[in-house]
Amino acid sequence: MPLLQTRGLTAFYGDFKALYGIDTTLEKGETIAIIGANGAGKSTFLKAIAGLIHGAADSVLLDGSPIGARPAADIVKLGIALVPEGRRLFPSLNVEENLLIGGYGRKAPGPWTLDRVYAMFPILKERRVSATPTLSGGQQQMAAIGRALMSNPRILLCDEISLGLAPIIIADIYAALPQIKAEGTSVVLVEQDIVQAMKVADRVYCFQEGRLSLTGRPRDLTRDQIHRAYFGS
Amino acid sequence: MTGWLDALIQGVLLGGLYALFAAGLSLMFGVMRLVNLAHGDLIVLAAFAILFIASKLGLDPFVAVLVAIPILFVIGFALQHVLLNRALGRDLLPPLLVTFGLSIIIQNGLLQVFSADSQRLRSGAIETSSIQLGGGIAVGVVPLLTLLSAIAVIVLLNLIFYRTPIGRAFRATSDDLEVAQLMGVDIRRIFAVAMGLAFVVITIAALYLGLRANFDPTIGPARLLYAFEAVIIGGLGSFWGTLAGGIVLGLAQTIGARIDPEWQILAGHLAFLVVLVLRPRGLFPRAQD
Repeated sequence: MPLLQTRGLTAFYGDFKALYGIDTTLEKGETIAIIGANGAGKSTFLKAIAGLIHGAADSVLLDGSPIGARPAADIVKLGIALVPEGRRLFPSLNVEENLLIGGYGRKAPGPWTLDRVYAMFPILKERRVSATPTLSGGQQQMAAIGRALMSNPRILLCDEISLGLAPIIIADIYAALPQIKAEGTSVVLVEQDIVQAMKVADRVYCFQEGRLSLTGRPRDLTRDQIHRAYFGS
Repeated sequence: MTGWLDALIQGVLLGGLYALFAAGLSLMFGVMRLVNLAHGDLIVLAAFAILFIASKLGLDPFVAVLVAIPILFVIGFALQHVLLNRALGRDLLPPLLVTFGLSIIIQNGLLQVFSADSQRLRSGAIETSSIQLGGGIAVGVVPLLTLLSAIAVIVLLNLIFYRTPIGRAFRATSDDLEVAQLMGVDIRRIFAVAMGLAFVVITIAALYLGLRANFDPTIGPARLLYAFEAVIIGGLGSFWGTLAGGIVLGLAQTIGARIDPEWQILAGHLAFLVVLVLRPRGLFPRAQD
């Protein structure tokens, strides 16, 4: 049984249908990447898993149990943590408080503690009492990833973690991924940077206008296939 | 000279009472962006609750308030969970209407149960005792206790907000409702806890309201006005600012009364308007939003 599965996942923003029957699977320890153009429904897909928007209850399954109708505060307790697009750190909380609140709802024992996050991102330790709006974009992204890890998730959902960052900073952040995977955490990456996504993912799903347009292992996919799946025609 | 010094001291002490009125309002707005038009009536309701407990059980008001606090916490928690959570949302109007309605219901309910008679909380000699500061200036024990309680309440609220996990959850929820839920914060529950806490502050404010002056079911809205002015003068989102706002208001009133007794209330409102003109975001606004 896959760790996480979506079956015919359909989601709406008001009257706007953002996802049309998406089928995906995620095995334990696996990393999958969702790629696609702007507006393809990638972020909506992550939000539907994280419980911020809701499809049918049985369109999202965790260990085979339906979780599609559960509120977001329950989903994180089940072990699914989202690093939201745009970081969205809490501005009234300093860096350390942002990390601590990551473990507010789910108090599961696990490898991720303040010390462990600081060991992975030493700059955060130096900035631990800083207000988060004073951090650089890269530091904010590290804090947002650390915050999600503090719940010791079984599944880490990352929404556009490279967006707006310099290539060298992106490399720093992606360098953390093997450490996260080494703890047995499964990862779902939403990424516009296809090269980056292909490098780290075991499998790739390409979305186009709310529909699944291509899926496969990075090494099995040709440039041409991806181009068509990405842009259509 | 002594008269002016006395006015300053009494003004600061009166500010303690207004800070207590305002602290609960500040908390509700800070956590859930709720503008509670029933706040003054809730203080009066709590004063009647203390009065009822004190007279039924034969307790001193200072003891009765300890009995009232857990009861009012539960009432606040339930009020938020059952009623106000349904009214809060993107639209600002429903919570205003609901709390306005609540204000009318509380006033009329109290009139039905307790009649329109003026009431007081009686606590024996402490009510009239005072401490001589020399130079012909004395401070009343109850006004002094009021200010000390206001400071204690604000220190405690700051400890809760800045030193505990639930305080982090309060601030995170206030920053970003959606992401707070991603942290496992149950918004409805955290709002209910915040309201319970606000009701504890309301009950403490009610104790001093009832000890310092007469109260009846209709005086709530005027207390609401003072509380609002103190919160706005201090700046939204800062408890210390709320204390400062209460003191500015208290000072303005006693100094106004010193100039001419008829000017007491007017001087407070004028001070509020002056602050609004000079510092529209209050004296100690929060850095963001």
